Amino acid sequence: MTLATATQPEEARDKAGVSHSGSRRSGPDTAFHLLVAASALLVLVVLGGLVVLMGVGGSQAFRTFGLGFAFHDVWNPVADQYGAWAPLFGTIVSTLIGVAIALPLAFGTAFWLTAMAPPRIAAIVGTAVQLLAAVPSIIFGMWGFFTIVPFMARTVQPFLTHHFRHVPGIRFIIHGAPFGTGLMTAGLVLAVMIAPFMTAVMRDVFAAMPAMLRESAYGLGATRWDVMWKVVVPWSRTGMIGAIVLGMGRALGETMAVTFVIGNVTAVGWSLFAPRSTVASLIALQFPESPAGSLRLSALLALGFILMLLSFASLALARMLRGDTK
Amino acid sequence: MSETVVSTTGWKPNPRAARRRRADHLATAFGMVMAGILVLVLASILWTLLSRGLAGLSAAAIMKPMGPPGSSSGLANAIVGSLIQTFMALLMATPLGLGCGIYLSEYGTETNKFASCVRFVSDVLMSVPSILVGLFVYQVLVAPFGHFSALAGSVALAILAVPIIVRTTEDMLRLVPTSMREAGAALGATRWRVTLSLCLRSAKTGVLTGILLALARVSGETAPLLFTSLGNQNWSFSLNRPMASLPVTIYQYAGASYEDWVQLAWAGALLVTMGVLAINIAVRVSARRG
Repeated sequence: MTLATATQPEEARDKAGVSHSGSRRSGPDTAFHLLVAASALLVLVVLGGLVVLMGVGGSQAFRTFGLGFAFHDVWNPVADQYGAWAPLFGTIVSTLIGVAIALPLAFGTAFWLTAMAPPRIAAIVGTAVQLLAAVPSIIFGMWGFFTIVPFMARTVQPFLTHHFRHVPGIRFIIHGAPFGTGLMTAGLVLAVMIAPFMTAVMRDVFAAMPAMLRESAYGLGATRWDVMWKVVVPWSRTGMIGAIVLGMGRALGETMAVTFVIGNVTAVGWSLFAPRSTVASLIALQFPESPAGSLRLSALLALGFILMLLSFASLALARMLRGDTK
Repeated sequence: MSETVVSTTGWKPNPRAARRRRADHLATAFGMVMAGILVLVLASILWTLLSRGLAGLSAAAIMKPMGPPGSSSGLANAIVGSLIQTFMALLMATPLGLGCGIYLSEYGTETNKFASCVRFVSDVLMSVPSILVGLFVYQVLVAPFGHFSALAGSVALAILAVPIIVRTTEDMLRLVPTSMREAGAALGATRWRVTLSLCLRSAKTGVLTGILLALARVSGETAPLLFTSLGNQNWSFSLNRPMASLPVTIYQYAGASYEDWVQLAWAGALLVTMGVLAINIAVRVSARRG
């Protein structure tokens, strides 16, 4: 081989060097390999560019406000003072509310679909739920805007204010004028948006369990719930956690469903019924009004950078939990 | 049923069994109630969409372009704009996604660091908030040129479509048995020939499914278009200028205080949802047949 390559012209030797298997390859083969490798590289470059540009764009804000940017709770375009805490708080709390509501919905529905529902109905409902997981998020936003917001403003908030106004501990969660917008409404809409997705994944995970395990447990006299809680859930824990974290990731970066119903006020507070904002909704609303090169634009890009880190973290969490139990 | 057994055999009632049965009843009720709530809520969304969307949907809504409130305008330019931009996005995303997927399945072995890096990045891209993709494309394709463009919108959509195509292409190619590759190689076919004419052809249905799913995902996206193709009140077929799209128009019209604009927004929402659902149903039906 060495003798052969030594006597071969320059070009052929290069080809032999490129080949991984050690055998000689034809020109088109190398070209094909390079072509698909280049498209893989391009995908890498796009994400790299996304992260880098967001960081570079936000660097002005990070330089001006330091690392305290993330925990500073004033967002005031008039005074040119920006801090990320208000929208970050909104994003985190609305996501947590959304997951907290969607989790029992998804788990209960998946339980019903895999253990109780008659097969034909389960097939229909299961397919419908899977299809609805593909509905664009702006539809959920519109539905929330025209259905949930008036419902909150006219029914839920007056009821809560009337009955719990003087109860300490709850008072500060529910205070605020009955606009109908706020973290609770956003959380509800997010829950409705991610519940079909989480249900579909959980149903697949539950259904993937070998029937033998389920049947053995029933054979030992276990009730339906015993089987669910002591056999199915431990067996499919990783898949369930994956479903929850993926749903969380969707809720974190959701823009359209939230922008309609959050009220868009950059303030921090514990009231779940007062208008707030989230990172994504703030970017969507204020970006068009921010002149290029301004500190405000940079602050929005810095927010984007933080949101990117959050979404990274949730994906990494999902991978870690999946990897640990395998 | 078990109660009768208990009484006839003279067993003492077993408190543990009773507790388990109670827990089971509770859990059963919980599952049914949760499923009922979810189905009702989703039905309510579909019902709102259908009743309000059909009320706003008319021949004029589809045939006429957008216009000022009260002028019996329609959504025609937004519909056409959406079609152009999603088509352009697929045109860009399909070759790139296919290439990357082929690389990962055919050349990206377990030990290949670069391949596992690309795989991870593609996973990350799949879950990146779509508004951030819009911000990215704004910085790359809008800010340097000084104006919004349909091309920028298409690129943003393409970035969202690529990871889906990559994932399905890789998964589907991995399902192709090694013996088929070996058979091709034994016949003297070169590697690219084997990949394209044997592997890709036998995985055709699955790969097509991925492209269709990417299309469905992308056609309802609003956030990445807000800062890239912006929207346009008038007809425009130039890729170099702002272009209207259905989701952005819905966003602009739904929050407006003109009744006819809100009606058009519902009509547009119905059209988008029906389109996305139709693609998904087509995928499902073809998957069941193939």
